[in-house]
Amino acid sequence: MNRYLVIFAGAVATVTFAFLVLIGLPMRQLADVRAPAALRPYSESEAAGRREYVSLGCYYCHSQQVRTPSFGSDSARGWGRASEPEDYLYDRPHLLGTMRTGPDLMNIGVRQPSRDWHYLHLYQPRAVAAYSVMPSFPFLFTLKDQAEMGDEIVNTPPGLIPEGKVLIATARARALVDYLLAMKRDYPPYAGAGGGQ
Amino acid sequence: MTALPLVFEDTPPPEVAASERVAADRSTRQPVLLFFHSAVTWLVIGSVMGLVASLKFQFPDWLTSQAMWTFGRVRTAHLNAVAYGWASMALVGVAVWMIPRLVRAPLHRPVFAMAAAVGWNLFVLLGIGAVLAGWSDGLEWLEIPYPIDAIVAVSGGLMAFSVLMTVARRRTKHFYVSVWYVLAAMVWFPIIFVTANLPIFGGVAQAAVNWWYGHNALGLWITALSLATAYYLIPKVLARPIRSYSLSLVGFWALAFFYSLNGIHHLIGGPVPTWLITVSITASVMMVIPVAATAVNFHTTMIGRFGNLRHSPTLAFVVAGAMLYTAASVQGSIEALRTVNRITHFTHYTVGHAHLGAYGFATMILFGALYFIVPRLLNREWPLPALIRWHFWLALGGIAIYFAALTIGGWLEGQWMLDPAKSFESVVNVTKAYLLARSVGGTLMLAAHLVFAYHYWLMVRRRGPERAEPAWSEGRAAS
Repeated sequence: MNRYLVIFAGAVATVTFAFLVLIGLPMRQLADVRAPAALRPYSESEAAGRREYVSLGCYYCHSQQVRTPSFGSDSARGWGRASEPEDYLYDRPHLLGTMRTGPDLMNIGVRQPSRDWHYLHLYQPRAVAAYSVMPSFPFLFTLKDQAEMGDEIVNTPPGLIPEGKVLIATARARALVDYLLAMKRDYPPYAGAGGGQ
Repeated sequence: MTALPLVFEDTPPPEVAASERVAADRSTRQPVLLFFHSAVTWLVIGSVMGLVASLKFQFPDWLTSQAMWTFGRVRTAHLNAVAYGWASMALVGVAVWMIPRLVRAPLHRPVFAMAAAVGWNLFVLLGIGAVLAGWSDGLEWLEIPYPIDAIVAVSGGLMAFSVLMTVARRRTKHFYVSVWYVLAAMVWFPIIFVTANLPIFGGVAQAAVNWWYGHNALGLWITALSLATAYYLIPKVLARPIRSYSLSLVGFWALAFFYSLNGIHHLIGGPVPTWLITVSITASVMMVIPVAATAVNFHTTMIGRFGNLRHSPTLAFVVAGAMLYTAASVQGSIEALRTVNRITHFTHYTVGHAHLGAYGFATMILFGALYFIVPRLLNREWPLPALIRWHFWLALGGIAIYFAALTIGGWLEGQWMLDPAKSFESVVNVTKAYLLARSVGGTLMLAAHLVFAYHYWLMVRRRGPERAEPAWSEGRAAS
């Protein structure tokens, strides 16, 4: 039984040790991080838009973490100040991301405050950036002959949609854009935070 | 306690050993075949998903009318199908087959392993369905929603029970290194999977849990079981013991200690405490210890016997996989250094590295294992050995193109991204040719899998010519 127990106990011990070091200690260190006054919880619609962002897998191509100027060109590209742990206090699930196939979105609401731009970009990314490899999301919109009461009409450039039709943003598109416009971490970072680079 | 450098310790007389192997294989035949049938099916499904996702970079307006086929969902279906459907199910099948042979005891309660295979399929099927329908936990590698995760927790428990009880009833005094890896993996996976799925984390702490899990799913699960497989098959095919038994144990403990600490290198440059990232970078660099130990064992056991590669499909695949393990691991250690990671982080370079590990290493070894095991379970030789050659070269050529394309393209992408004078437009444009080459590599890999799946089907359905000699054995010198 001897060897059996050694392997068993050794396996449990190594992985537990790793968990305590990599997750336990930082959780303790970050336990007293407070939300900055300017950071508010997501509204109902923004939260719904965030769920849409998760469901469509936007985070596989867009990060939500700005690196320090010593670690890249993020601030020179206008993506904002370096992110801090307190910026994520309301984020469940976290959406830090690992790829920048598209640009970082931590401050997309600051950089691109136009609803129309976002609608158009989601409907057909190549209508606003010809080089883009982002998928189009036509299913977030409906084409109608005529707008109805309460419809949000998307202003489209000539030739994008059939003549005589109007492009309407669905509730899903409206929520998603609400979320993107709320992506603003332009308040000063909380100085007492234990983390950050 | 000094271990003898034998392939199998406490080796019984040959005729006893042979009849014991037959008995062991009889006890595992049904569950192992069910695991393999499922794994091959998921491999084909997962590869199609992967190629569709890759082609979307060339045709971003293709298959966009429904949310189900959008990149973010197809890509995720690909990952889950190949990681949990193909690699995990095939590796569990190999482990369930290997353990009774190694501990000289028939599989304990094969029906538990059967139930585990059924449950595991259900988990992957429902999980991928959920992802395609837009229901996801939103964490890479952990997308499959909690209620569905419960199915795999139960299945994994049944499978681990069956394997651990078999080992408890062993008739050997010593454990061969493959048993170490299998036992540890059976302990590690449930711990990391259940912990990472606990709904108690948020914000940056959740990011840490996410990558502690994501990296360990590769390191403590897929890598551990793949190494167990290679450690079994290389000496088995060569009929020659591994170079050093004690070195293999050094490799085991170093892997257990360092690999489990690697995960946070996925957050280099991110909003987490600097010391935390330094811990993971250090552990990533220290991985050269277990990798060197394993590499010495794998590669020196082969020295002077490379001629065997021409006569054993198993050896060809496993040795290619073992070499790519060394390559992927050394690359991983270098990639974790801040100076390198500054460039490669957030780029396709990482995707190339992941495929070198999960495909070049784990999947190649699994192909070799299936070519070895299935004839022994079905009492039949592979009907069309030429197809194995096609499979080998398409797979190897495919991963070579795939890896080269994303490594170069990702490196350029990273360099350009760091230069604020380069517009984001030019960063995207520089990757396009390489992403096209990636689709070419991916097409070859899918072709390899279709050839393999067809051959596997012929084998199982007992179609095609009946052959007396093992595949590729013609012209082989007596050895």
